[in-house]
Amino acid sequence: MDKIVIENLSLNYSDGTESLKSITLNVPENSITVLFGPAGGGKSTLLRVINRLNDLADVEEVSGKVLLANKNYEYTDVLDPKLDVIALRRRVCMVFAQPIVLPLSIKDNLTYGLKLAGERNQTRLDKAVEKSLNQAALWDEVKDRLEDPAVALSGGQQQRLCLARSLAFEPEVILLDEPTSGLDPISTNKVESSLQELKNGYTIILVPHSVQQAGRVADQAAFFLQGELIEYAPANQLFTNPKDTRTEDYLVGRFG
Amino acid sequence: MLTVITMITIAPIIIIVSYIIRQGLPALSLEFIFGFPTNGMKDGGIFPAIVGTIYLTIGTAIFSVPLGIGAAIYLAEYAPENRWTRTIRIAIINLAGIPSVVYGLFGLGLFVIFINLGTSIIAGSLTLAIMTLPIIISTSEEALRAVPQSFRVVSISLGATKWQTIRRIVLPQSLPGILTGVILGLERAAGETAPILFTVAAFYLPSLPDSPLDATMALPYHLFVISTQVPGMPVTIQFGTALVLMIFVLGMHLLATVIRSRARAKRLW
Repeated sequence: MDKIVIENLSLNYSDGTESLKSITLNVPENSITVLFGPAGGGKSTLLRVINRLNDLADVEEVSGKVLLANKNYEYTDVLDPKLDVIALRRRVCMVFAQPIVLPLSIKDNLTYGLKLAGERNQTRLDKAVEKSLNQAALWDEVKDRLEDPAVALSGGQQQRLCLARSLAFEPEVILLDEPTSGLDPISTNKVESSLQELKNGYTIILVPHSVQQAGRVADQAAFFLQGELIEYAPANQLFTNPKDTRTEDYLVGRFG
Repeated sequence: MLTVITMITIAPIIIIVSYIIRQGLPALSLEFIFGFPTNGMKDGGIFPAIVGTIYLTIGTAIFSVPLGIGAAIYLAEYAPENRWTRTIRIAIINLAGIPSVVYGLFGLGLFVIFINLGTSIIAGSLTLAIMTLPIIISTSEEALRAVPQSFRVVSISLGATKWQTIRRIVLPQSLPGILTGVILGLERAAGETAPILFTVAAFYLPSLPDSPLDATMALPYHLFVISTQVPGMPVTIQFGTALVLMIFVLGMHLLATVIRSRARAKRLW
C-alpha cells in the first residue's frame, strides 16, 4: 500500500533557486525509497515538504498534493495550511546530513521530542531510550553513559543517535537526508544495516550520499534532475536497466 | 613599535587605577563603608550612597532586564527582516549614542514631572533602565544569534514549537552571553551620574530610603558633590569614594568576564 502519495507537486523558492517541477510519486510503506541525482535536483526539498520543514524556508509557492496515509489508509493532506504540523512532524521524522545533536545529554536528546509531546512517565521514557538506541545499533556503546553530553560521542555515534532520536517517537515515516555523508565506512555500514531492519516497521525515504549507497539500500529509486523526477522504478530495474538515457548517463558517471 | 603603542593605550588605565587605589585606600575602613556622613560630609562614611547605588542597580535591572531580553528575543527569533525591523535596530544603536545627561533630562521630563513620580528611586531606575536597554538588547540579540541555526531546525523537526525551541534550547545556550550583556549594562547604570542627577539623587540624606518613591544618595553623584560642592573636603574621602565606586563597577565587570570565559570553556559548539 502507498504510505505517501505525491501528485503534481511544484515548488518555487522566493530567490528562484532549486525548485520542484510537477513531481508525481507514490511511496509504498515498509520499504526504502531512495531519491538520488546530482546536487540541486530537489531531493532535499522534497523531503522537507513531506514533514513541512519547508515552512521555515523562504518558499514562494507550493502547488499539488502530498497525502500521508495512517494505519487505516485514510489520507491526510500534508500541505493543508490548517494542518497541525507538530503532529505531522511526530509522524514523519527527519534525520539530517550533519549529525546535529542538541546541546543536551544523550538521554535528553532521545527524550526531547517525547517530553514535548507530553510524555512524563519515566519508565516509558527509559523504555523508549533503550528501544530506540537498540534500533539504531548504539545501545551497547552508550548504555553506561546516558547522562553524558551527546557531543562527546564520535561523528558516527552522533548520527546513529540522531536516527535513534527520530525513532524514539515511533514515527510512521523516517526521512533521511544523506545520513552517512560524514561517516566512515564502518559507521555507514551500521546505519545501513539498521535501516534494513527498520524498514519492516517503518516507511523510509532516503537521499543517499552516493549512487553506490542508493544501489545497496533501495527497494525503489527515483532519479531527480534539476527539480524534475526523471525516472521512478523498482531498484533492480532502475539500476540495471534504466529507461531514460539521462538516468543511464548519470548511473555510468557521464555527469554528476 | 606596536608594543609601544599598546603600552601607551593601557598606561592611563594602570595609572588611574593605581593612583585611585593609592589615594583612596587610607580612607577605607568599616566605618567609612558602613557609616553615615557626619560633620557636613567631611567625616564619617558613605553607607547611604552605597545602599542607594545598590537599590538603583536592582531597580534598573527590574525594568530593563525583562524588557531588554524580550526585545532581543523578538528581534533575533521572530522579527522579519524588513524596513520596520531595520528602523528598530537603527533606533537601538542611536539610543546607545545619546549623551547620558540627555537621558537625565528626559527622565526628569517624563518620569519625575509628567508621570509625577517625583525625584525617586523609581524615576531614577526607569531613566537608567532606558539608558541600559540598548546595551542589553544588542548583546542579548548577538548571544541569541550565536546559537547555531541547526539546533532550531532540529528542535522543530522533533515536534517543538518555536517558543519551546527558544525556551529549551536557544535561551539556555545563550544565557551566559545574555548575562554578560545584562551585567555590562547594569555596570554602566551603576557608574553614571548625569541620568540620576535630576531624577533621584539627593545631596545629603540623614536616613536610608524606605520606599521606592524616596530619593536616595548614590555613589557617582556623591562623588560629584563632595568633589565640587563641599569646600574643604578631605581628599582621602573623595578618593575613598571613587575607589568604592570603582570596586563596585570593576567587580561587576570581572563577574561578567568570569561568566563569559567559563561559558566559553564549557560550550560544546
